[in-house]
Amino acid sequence: MTAAIEIENLNYRYPDAKRPALHDVSLTIAQGEWVAIIGHNGSGKSTLAKNINGLLAPESGRVTVAGMPLNEANVWKIREKVGIVFQNPDNQFVGATVQDDVAFGLENRAVPRPEMLTRVHDALVQVNMLEFATREPARLSGGQKQRVAIAGIIAQRPDIIILDEATSMLDPAGRSEVLALIEQLQARSAMTVVSITHDVDEAASADRVVLLNDGEIVEQGTPAALFTHGEELLSLGLDVPYPERLKAALRRRGAKMPDGYLDQEGLVKYLWTLHSTM
Amino acid sequence: MTKLLLGRYLPGDSWVHKLDPRTKLMASFYYIGIIFLANNWQTYLLMFMATMVMVAASKIKLGFFLRGVRPMIWLILFTVMLQVFFTKGGATYWSWGWLAITQYGLTNGAFIFMRFVLIIFVSTLLTLTTQPLSLADAVESLLKPLRVLHVPVTELALVLQIALRFVPTLMDQTTKIMNAQRARGVDFGSGNLFQQMKAVVPLLIPLFVDSFGIAEDLATAMDARGYQGGDGRTKYRVLQYHRKDIVAGMIMAGLTIALIFLKA
Repeated sequence: MTAAIEIENLNYRYPDAKRPALHDVSLTIAQGEWVAIIGHNGSGKSTLAKNINGLLAPESGRVTVAGMPLNEANVWKIREKVGIVFQNPDNQFVGATVQDDVAFGLENRAVPRPEMLTRVHDALVQVNMLEFATREPARLSGGQKQRVAIAGIIAQRPDIIILDEATSMLDPAGRSEVLALIEQLQARSAMTVVSITHDVDEAASADRVVLLNDGEIVEQGTPAALFTHGEELLSLGLDVPYPERLKAALRRRGAKMPDGYLDQEGLVKYLWTLHSTM
Repeated sequence: MTKLLLGRYLPGDSWVHKLDPRTKLMASFYYIGIIFLANNWQTYLLMFMATMVMVAASKIKLGFFLRGVRPMIWLILFTVMLQVFFTKGGATYWSWGWLAITQYGLTNGAFIFMRFVLIIFVSTLLTLTTQPLSLADAVESLLKPLRVLHVPVTELALVLQIALRFVPTLMDQTTKIMNAQRARGVDFGSGNLFQQMKAVVPLLIPLFVDSFGIAEDLATAMDARGYQGGDGRTKYRVLQYHRKDIVAGMIMAGLTIALIFLKA
């Protein structure tokens, strides 16, 4: 497997800031992997995302995307490979209607119009927004706008999709809808997904979780491995998934609980065995 | 805000709705040009009939057009009064000092009134039957020749498109901020003029800050999606002339010939 993103000793400091936003971050993300980056507010998650596609230029360190080192000559080629969905669905909607917005990235790449039409159509079908093609953004819900943003990225056919807290301004229904969509897309086209999030459920569906604290990588591993450090995560200002919270509550009431991480299904199975042995 | 008819678009699928926006834009300006050719009863009657046919072809109720005239009514009456009282000539019906109502004054006043109403009808027709976005496309397309003079037409078009796209968003934001400030005791639209102006500050400042925030976010998103300036982009939205547009052009030409033939 080749690496989609390689980050070596990345340092970044915002102008006028005392502390670096990112300190000596090294991270390799394999092609087709889903990596969740979690951390509390101000831990440097978004800054990391913006360093990957050259929206911010690092102070020192190297970033390589799809085999290309990130520099001034390559930055536009890299942006072709990387699509970002941002946090606020309203503020990233460029087009006056849904189809115009999906076509925006293609227009920038001078894709000929006949191909643009089929690509926009396909992208809207994939996110299930075809019937809204001529709607204006003001008449869409937040979840729908975020699906349009994803369609705009899909139409560009990137290798890597970065979700920069893309679900944080959505209601629970919109959030699970968008996540299911990403999961589907990743399964279909083996896209590399980097999701930056506060949402532990989103992190739980990733292949690997990277924990960032004050601009440094504190820990990384599978969600199962990471979420067993429940207490530690809570002290870093993060939440733990619901099954883990339930486990802790049951433990406080004297029930015997296994040490490893259990997802919802695992916990149900465990409780079931507990019931039959009692 | 609901009273404002300017820039309102009424969806429909009439003959006028389906015209190319460039045709409608050019025809509207052309119409305003040729209405100055009209100078007697026959020509005004012709223009009136032509306008009514256009209004009928748009399948929009006449009431909407009358509502378009309403905000301008004082300006119209003022101009008509000036014409009536200060035009000399023909039979004098009434006079007092240097004010006089004359035969010419009355006919001139009536003509001016007609001219105003017809111009407003036609511009209302343009905005009611054309989506703001199509209108922006039309402006871009018609300004294209200015590229020879190094006018950044594609950038201007993008600016216009983004401005139109954010009008509803900013309106929503305005309502939200107003409600939030009301919840904290700000009283909009009451007190004397100075107090009313002061009450706008807690609305305008957050709105400005918000707009800059949105602009920053939008610029980042555009950058991330590969925007490198206006040149070398292809266009998703294209305009195409159809047979209807030729017919509309011929109608305008016919109208001009008839006017020249009938005018005094």
